[in-house]
Amino acid sequence: MRATSSAFKQNAARGLADAGLQRALQFSKTQFQARRARAVAALPEFEQLRDIGRDIKNHTLANLDFYLETFAANVEHAGGKVHWCSTADEARAAVLEICRNAGARTVTKGKSMISEELGINDHLERNGITPVETDLGEYIIQLRDEPPSHIIAPAFHLNRDDWEKSFYEKHTDLPRDRVFHERRDILTEARTKLRDRFLAADVGITGANFLIAETGSSVIVTNEGNGDLTQTLPRVHIALASIEKVVPTLEDTCALLRLLARSATGQEFSVYTTFSTGPRRAADPDGPSEYHVVLVDNGRSAMIGTQFQDMLRCIRCAACMNHCPVYGAVGGHAYGWVYPGPMGSVLTPSLIGVDKAGHLPNASTFCGTCESVCPMKIPLPNMMRHWREREFERHLTPQGVRRNLGLWAWFARRPAAYRLATRVAMWGLGRLGRGRGKFGSLPLAGGWTAGRDLPAPEGETFMARYARAQRAGRA
Amino acid sequence: MSREAILGAIRRGLRRGELPADQKAMLLGRMATHPRHLIPARSRVPRAAQVALFLANVEKEFGTTARVPDLDAVPGALAAYLSQQNLPSRFAIAPHPDLQAMPWDAHPLLERREGRADPSDQVALTAAFAAVAETGTLMLPSGPRTPTTLNLLAETAVVMLRASNVVGAYEEAWDRLRAANAGDVGGGFMPRNVMLVTGPSRSADIEQTLELGAHGPRRVHVILVDDDPEAVA
Repeated sequence: MRATSSAFKQNAARGLADAGLQRALQFSKTQFQARRARAVAALPEFEQLRDIGRDIKNHTLANLDFYLETFAANVEHAGGKVHWCSTADEARAAVLEICRNAGARTVTKGKSMISEELGINDHLERNGITPVETDLGEYIIQLRDEPPSHIIAPAFHLNRDDWEKSFYEKHTDLPRDRVFHERRDILTEARTKLRDRFLAADVGITGANFLIAETGSSVIVTNEGNGDLTQTLPRVHIALASIEKVVPTLEDTCALLRLLARSATGQEFSVYTTFSTGPRRAADPDGPSEYHVVLVDNGRSAMIGTQFQDMLRCIRCAACMNHCPVYGAVGGHAYGWVYPGPMGSVLTPSLIGVDKAGHLPNASTFCGTCESVCPMKIPLPNMMRHWREREFERHLTPQGVRRNLGLWAWFARRPAAYRLATRVAMWGLGRLGRGRGKFGSLPLAGGWTAGRDLPAPEGETFMARYARAQRAGRA
Repeated sequence: MSREAILGAIRRGLRRGELPADQKAMLLGRMATHPRHLIPARSRVPRAAQVALFLANVEKEFGTTARVPDLDAVPGALAAYLSQQNLPSRFAIAPHPDLQAMPWDAHPLLERREGRADPSDQVALTAAFAAVAETGTLMLPSGPRTPTTLNLLAETAVVMLRASNVVGAYEEAWDRLRAANAGDVGGGFMPRNVMLVTGPSRSADIEQTLELGAHGPRRVHVILVDDDPEAVA
């Protein structure tokens, strides 16, 4: 997928001006928050489980080489095949080769963010193979030729009328005058349309929420059942997974599963949590005859041992973006690549470079809500700060910002000068703003006043008032 | 080789070479004993309460339940459910010994077809290996007696579950599977596919509003057989 993260500012402005997107964001964003809060309140052990989850992932990352080798050995023991891929190119080639060997014409797909990252669909299409997205949200964005705007709800940016419009436009074999009385009618039409595709597919590609070293299993977590049909009906199943998905045992997986659905959709457990281990056994009446795991690095191993290693604990629940005021204002497409929201602001610079994605870690209010809801306790704001530092060190920050930061730093290192300067400024602004109480425009603060008023200071700094109160207290 | 490149990059990041033998042995030991983590208190209750919690959770997740005294009562319960829901009396059935031993002849209107599911099947009946009270979750492993397609293709999935197979937490269900398949060689104790199913298929992709009946079954009906005296309240 081509990144437009470097145009975050323009993307965000477009998002803010998009009435349809704003309607969708307003409608949806509070629902995820309320559902998660209810699910967390119903499980008294949730906070303890967060610590356990973090520890499991830290243990795994500290021994990642060992667990990956064990996982691969157990996949092969069960009759499956593991394809180790360092880069996106290698992973695309591996997937294409498996599809070609299977003589595939159509490929059904379960929702997979790593597939988006690798651009699997484009690659298959360019090589004459038709990919069919089967998750409802992925299905509509494939019809509309759009990227996902959210990691668990790809069509987060769409309203019901967008769905209806796209179905009328694309399902041209159905009567034009049919009416979608309720959301369920949209769902039913997609179910009917996709059922034949499931049955006709030669290869099914899914992602993986977890890989289990102990058993050589890949795990998918879904609500629709599309992932299960995708991996059960075709002759070949490919599980696409990045290297940090591995966990040691089924018990470790259970602990993480107790966190995942609650943090993501606010469900106690998703409808389908499915463990796949190798191909169909001799006496099995159904299931694929080939089972492949395409194991992808694509930049992850370079994060190990750095300030960004903790990001590899991420289980892709989307709680951070569901609670993020920036995501809630501009939507997912503004982030310009596969992973939006706070987790994307940390991960995207790691994977495509801070030179291309430097705006993302800057697009944060540092309110800290993302870290407070992260089931893996990933210190997201801290890591965004690390990216800002790297950006500054590498002189990627714009000249104007660097100059002003330098000016501010000069004062910040000299408290007396800092206090004097703020005192003068507050006194001046207080005099100027008296009567109005706010500024609609102000020199040097155009970036602020373009979107909102600046409240006028009252003429005195906090430090001055504090010192006065201290003196009064002693007297 | 990409395998060596990936493993090498990980080891460089971790500032060490391949793990020494004693540390590998320790990690292998952790996998062999697969210690449990914290298990939520909600399922740590007596048998009868555990089964009641399971049934309540199935219904909370939009499934339906029926409770019968023994295996022989299952065909009658199925017939009653199908007629009540206005569903056809023809169904696909898992070649499972518990289901095969049932007195189907007493219900001549029920038409069974044994084997994997066909796309045309509207109703399927299978047997659960275990069920988890914690969240109302069925454990449905694949195998010659329990084809996976029976869990997926029909609009209505009916699942027979022995009360003695209801456990509190996921970990207990996995231990039962480990024990049941201990003798298996090849893929270890894991069958090709294990589905943990919690209620009927659904999607919230349209405006984050939940709708039942996505690609999997629209209805999940659990027939619980009271074969465990301690589980009867």
